[in-house]
Amino acid sequence: MDQLKPMDTTDTLLYLTRRVLQALAVILIVTIVVFCLLHALPGGPARGILGPQATGEQIAAFNHEQGLDRPLPVQYVYYLNTLLHGDLGTSYTLNEAVLRLIEQRLPKTLVLTVLSALVGLLLAVPLGMWQAVRRNKPADYVITTLSFVAYSTPVYFLGLILVLLFTQTLRWFPSQAPQGDTLAQVFADPAALVLPVVTGAASMIAVFSRYMRAATLENLSEDYVRTARAGGSRQGAILFRHVFRNSLTPVIAMLGYYVPVLFGGALVVEQLFNYPGMGLLFWSAAQSSDYPVLLGCVLVISVATVVGTLVADVVQRVVDPRVKGGRA
Amino acid sequence: MSAAQGGRFRSAGRWGLVAPRGGAANRRRPAPLIARFARNKLAVAGVLVVALFLFFCFVGPLLYSTDQTHTDLTQVNLPPSGTHWLGTDAVGHDELGRLMYGGKISLLVGLAAGLLATVIGTLWGAVAGYAGGWVDAVMMRVVDAGIAIPALFILLVVSAITSPGPLGLIVILGLVSWLVPSRLVRAETLTLKNRDYVLTLRATGGTHGRAIVRHILPNSVSTIVVAATFQVADAILLVAYVSYLGLGVQPPSTDWGGMLSAGLTAAYSGRWWLIVPPGLAIILVVCAFNAIGDGLRDAFDVRGR
Repeated sequence: MDQLKPMDTTDTLLYLTRRVLQALAVILIVTIVVFCLLHALPGGPARGILGPQATGEQIAAFNHEQGLDRPLPVQYVYYLNTLLHGDLGTSYTLNEAVLRLIEQRLPKTLVLTVLSALVGLLLAVPLGMWQAVRRNKPADYVITTLSFVAYSTPVYFLGLILVLLFTQTLRWFPSQAPQGDTLAQVFADPAALVLPVVTGAASMIAVFSRYMRAATLENLSEDYVRTARAGGSRQGAILFRHVFRNSLTPVIAMLGYYVPVLFGGALVVEQLFNYPGMGLLFWSAAQSSDYPVLLGCVLVISVATVVGTLVADVVQRVVDPRVKGGRA
Repeated sequence: MSAAQGGRFRSAGRWGLVAPRGGAANRRRPAPLIARFARNKLAVAGVLVVALFLFFCFVGPLLYSTDQTHTDLTQVNLPPSGTHWLGTDAVGHDELGRLMYGGKISLLVGLAAGLLATVIGTLWGAVAGYAGGWVDAVMMRVVDAGIAIPALFILLVVSAITSPGPLGLIVILGLVSWLVPSRLVRAETLTLKNRDYVLTLRATGGTHGRAIVRHILPNSVSTIVVAATFQVADAILLVAYVSYLGLGVQPPSTDWGGMLSAGLTAAYSGRWWLIVPPGLAIILVVCAFNAIGDGLRDAFDVRGR
């Protein structure tokens, strides 16, 4: 560990500015990648806007009109400009603006991922602490092994097994997620939410119980725990008053790094349980080669990932000043 | 995942001032490395599982021969029996035979893509770390951007655009997933590039390329090998996802993920034998590679992941 320096504000501000600038640079590169993919499409971006039925002349006319026959760097600047105006193109198949489609679907995906993350954390945090306290005892080994297996299990396979068990054999829960358009309709059928949420939470439990175990172990070996013990505090009080609070924040900050995994999980869970969120939108777009929707979703998810990483880096630095500088 | 794991440093100067030559890391202390690896029972089990699956998929079809190209509509959806040990699927393929056939592609694509990703990542990371300055900054921002675009999504987009065969999948996967190894190798390069033997080589007129090939890469070999193992595990999992979502290997060919793409129909009709074997195969193999990676990491004493 580096030397401990008291945090001063200019230092933090400098760090913040640097990290935000880095994040902006990263987003800029992401737009270049998406722009290149847009141009790698069969028919180029013109087809992305005119649709698959457009004739060659229509495309040529459109290309000239929109300046798509100009040099690529010039076009890229135009493209950035349209992005900044919130224009992500128009869907081939759904005949609607991509941004509008994402606006409709994203809240539903957020409901699913937030519920999964909550359930996952509520189980993972006590599990991880329990493992740390009972370190290298049978319970610790069993949970470690289970997390190891869960980490290597495809989300959809777990979902299929749950459907086989709870829908097909026991008939406890339906295998179709709530289909309502509004969030109220989604919550009106909680039984239908059980399998999708549990499927999404499983890998969270595996990963975050590991983090919590590690964070708890680290805190248990700190001087303040020894001091508290020497001062006569009981184990339970120490765990709850000190270790729990000090371990929880960095673990929750890890959620920021977990954004892409959450979206990836949503993609599979929504496809499996037919839940009409952004993941299902992306999946059906991939089946029908609806490129504007695909690339629009990629852009949105990537920006979310960059922001998540930025927030996690900053939170970790504020919580633990020993964490210096972040990545190179 | 950056800063969170900061603080543990590799012991510097394991090799002192004398530069080991290419491949020397393996020759130097062969027995202890293998012994250290063998102490990890889980990792040894991982090697056994991988060996078993390689045997099962590549030698198995010679012992248990089935027709995986033609459909047989008289033998559809049969439960496991004496003639079809794991039953048959919706178009009459023998499921056990299909498990071998699909496994071949899963393993080949996973191994090749994992290795390709490691090669790309290694070169990128070594050059970035060695060059330093603004070259390093730009190259690492590219890596950040790549990590910001979730692999599964970009993989599906590129697959939708190109509808790749197995070979195409290997290339796309390799191009998408080299980012983590590049970070690890860059970090390694940063600690190596100011060692005396590198500086000596430069002072006596050696080129940068020579410094990288002769000293940086051979000395990073443990990091690279560990990264490659995890990379293979990830690649097998990713291919399974892409095929499950209908954009990977196309019928009549298949892989383990593809075998599960009719999973929901199978689950509804209670045909567990179409779901459980390929799913378990994926879990076992991915667990095995992860366990081997863990074992190698401990044996080599490198950090990372």
